[in-house]
Amino acid sequence: MKTCLIVDDSRVIRKVARQIFETLGFSCSESENGQLALEASQQAFPDLVLLDWNMPVMNGLDYLRALRHLPGGDGPVVIFCTTENDMAHIQMALGAGANEYIMKPFDADIVRGKLEQLGLMDA
Amino acid sequence: MKAEDFDLLSKIIHQRSGLVLGPEKAYLLESRLVSIVRKNNMKTIEDVAQALRIKRDEALIADITEAMTTNESFFFRDQKPFTLFQKNLLPALVTARASRKHIRIWSAAASSGQEAYSLAMICAEESARLQGWRIEIIGTDLSRDMVTRAKTGIYSQFEVQRGLPITLLMKYFQQIAGDKWQLKDSLRQMVQFREGNLLTDPGVSGSFDIVFCRNVLIYFDIPTKGRVLNTISGLMPPDGSLILGGAETVLGISDKFKVVPGEHGLYVPAGAPTQTRASA
Repeated sequence: MKTCLIVDDSRVIRKVARQIFETLGFSCSESENGQLALEASQQAFPDLVLLDWNMPVMNGLDYLRALRHLPGGDGPVVIFCTTENDMAHIQMALGAGANEYIMKPFDADIVRGKLEQLGLMDA
Repeated sequence: MKAEDFDLLSKIIHQRSGLVLGPEKAYLLESRLVSIVRKNNMKTIEDVAQALRIKRDEALIADITEAMTTNESFFFRDQKPFTLFQKNLLPALVTARASRKHIRIWSAAASSGQEAYSLAMICAEESARLQGWRIEIIGTDLSRDMVTRAKTGIYSQFEVQRGLPITLLMKYFQQIAGDKWQLKDSLRQMVQFREGNLLTDPGVSGSFDIVFCRNVLIYFDIPTKGRVLNTISGLMPPDGSLILGGAETVLGISDKFKVVPGEHGLYVPAGAPTQTRASA
């Protein structure tokens, strides 16, 4: 079963995301900020990371940069999932090594479409 | 709703759009017609039916049909037909049309335009091998509102995220307001949208190398499906390609087309030579 790490400081968002990803056949774990996500990632790389941007302690962008610097840290597919919805943020995220970008609010259709495009699910 | 009103309205909708409404769809018809009742200063759906008995009001009929025809669409819907287009159909045409350097593509029942624009984005991505080529992409829909919308190329944040990779959003769209995105002019200029009714006047003429007509036939009864396939067949060269939706087929409906073994959703004119298309 593919693993998904959900990183968001909102418990509500994490719950919604977990529901969507579990329905799509992923085994999910959760972190409430980038620092905790980085510690979890160092234990075992997930196949996929759903990543919020603005979080206390360590934000999503800093987590992503740190992840990509770890040996083997280029493996996980990272999808940003944030209310930041302008070109500058998207460019910054892709530049830091994000594979995809979801602008909140999102739903199961958007997630499924992104996963199909990334080859993580059959169309 | 009275049975005779439902019969009248469903018959008018069928004539105009081909959509088949069984009695179980009465609730749907009622809920979709609420706005039309209001817009025309009427009180009930009975008033709508009565107005149509007195006079065949074409504007009213158009409104009713638009309210009932579904317009759900998203970019690169189902993905596979677009991969097929990019990897097989387009390269094959680049070879077959090498002397004319002209390819025509029809997105039939184009709705709000995502399918046609998805094809345009693929052509833009393949621009290196299409230097000096004329690529015509024409989208038709029976809804005037949809044609108007499609022409603007403006989509909500929700719509641009369904099926559209972020890299293509960055490349081919510009943000025009917080949650509105518009296709760049260079992309919009590649596509034309027109009103067209697959049952009466398809809105296009000439010959199309590739026709996308997906998730349209499912709404029609068998004789209507056959008529639509005949119309498309008359607008296609012997080496043309027809793409239908995943739940649709020509089998048992029309002898104008045949299936292509191993390529789900792809159909070619019955007279075309039998062979699987070579991958590029």
